[in-house]
Amino acid sequence: MAISAVALVRLRNLFAVVMFSGIYSLLAAVLYVVMDAVDVAFTEAAVGAGIATVLMLGTLTLTTEKSEQSHKLSLSSLAVVTITGAALVYATLDMPRYGEVTAPIHHHVAPRYIEKSGKEVGMPNIVTSVLASYRGFDTLGEVTVIFTAAIGVMALIGRRREKKKKPEPKKKKAPSKNTKKAEA
Amino acid sequence: MEELPGLFPYWIVIILMMVGFYIVIAQGNLIKKVVGLNVFQVSVFVFYISMGKVTGGTAPILGDGIEVYSNPLPHVLILTAIVVGVATTALALALVVRIQESYGAVEEDQIEALENEMERES
Amino acid sequence: MAIKVTAKKPGPPRREMEHTSILRVTAKLLIPMILLFALYVQFHGDFGPGGGFQAGVIFASAFILYALLFGVNAARKVVPAWVTRIGLASGVLLYAGVGVAGIIKGGNYLNYSVLAHDPVHGQHLGITLIEFGVGTTVCFAMITIFLVYANRNS
Repeated sequence: MAISAVALVRLRNLFAVVMFSGIYSLLAAVLYVVMDAVDVAFTEAAVGAGIATVLMLGTLTLTTEKSEQSHKLSLSSLAVVTITGAALVYATLDMPRYGEVTAPIHHHVAPRYIEKSGKEVGMPNIVTSVLASYRGFDTLGEVTVIFTAAIGVMALIGRRREKKKKPEPKKKKAPSKNTKKAEA
Repeated sequence: MEELPGLFPYWIVIILMMVGFYIVIAQGNLIKKVVGLNVFQVSVFVFYISMGKVTGGTAPILGDGIEVYSNPLPHVLILTAIVVGVATTALALALVVRIQESYGAVEEDQIEALENEMERES
Repeated sequence: MAIKVTAKKPGPPRREMEHTSILRVTAKLLIPMILLFALYVQFHGDFGPGGGFQAGVIFASAFILYALLFGVNAARKVVPAWVTRIGLASGVLLYAGVGVAGIIKGGNYLNYSVLAHDPVHGQHLGITLIEFGVGTTVCFAMITIFLVYANRNS
């Protein structure tokens, strides 16, 4: 995964960038299966490697295909990133180890869901029962967000515009009058 | 320092997160920024789910004879977050398409130059 | 008659990829199976991994595959604009409606236990209904977004 992420930084051809992002999502889905999160892996594979890639390819056909900026390493951004990374690593020193059973998050609400879900809801899949029944309001909000996003996309690029808007960039203008004004 | 091997997965994910962060702030092309945001998002989810794993547990689906389950709560939250993330990405890409049509460019410095030109004239 | 039709015929590139007959035949075989798989995932969300979101996305991807191979106009004929609009809204409406039904039957909002004669059956009914609502909205949202992108160019 690190290889594909670093390749994303250096590539200039945008098509390859989109493909690598799809690969990254698929590798993350494999990682989720290793971590016992099968529902999440399903969703990530379908959404991240499917829909997101298709949308990015659609954007590419509507805009350019190559990134024009040459590869220059920006030192200030690198410094910001390194400081943030170091701060996060310092923060993880207090965390419980990976996979530990005595971590605090496994002891408050989760055991109640795991024990009572069979009797109260009667479904084998605990994730669905928590998502739909115990935390049903969150799912309602999420469906509303998707609805709003679809409407937003429809409002932004739904209507077909035949003519280009407002002032075109000066370098595209042919008449000599305007170029003389720009030079003066 | 003996808990270092146990923290190793977190550190790898933090490195991935920082790569995504670097893409967002350092690259000039708008589409690449959106892709970097996606990378950042996915690595945050991996971090979150890795906190929910219990050693020796299985997937949180009730079955006969299984005693230990992984924590289902992070799975639920991340499921919501993934779908909201793709909605956000769709809107961001729609904005990029509109920017391309208004300004004629998707590079950050070109757009800044065009905006400065327009400001100087009005 | 004077035009020879060969595999590399020059001319304006078509958008629908009509020359690739292998893809068309395969897609015609695959699309019903994808739709069936999406329905399977939707209704088996309570026994295994799955549920509303995954099913909605897979269902939408069948339509997107059709639109990629046969052109946006053909896809628009299958799913006209009013269908996507109504479908989008009806999923959210179904979800909220189940909540209101909980109030009507005497419980709180989105309380499924009062929907049937037995709390466990009530939960089952409520969860199935709302997952269906979620799946519908997600599916039509993805179809809408893709078709809007594709229409912009033509």
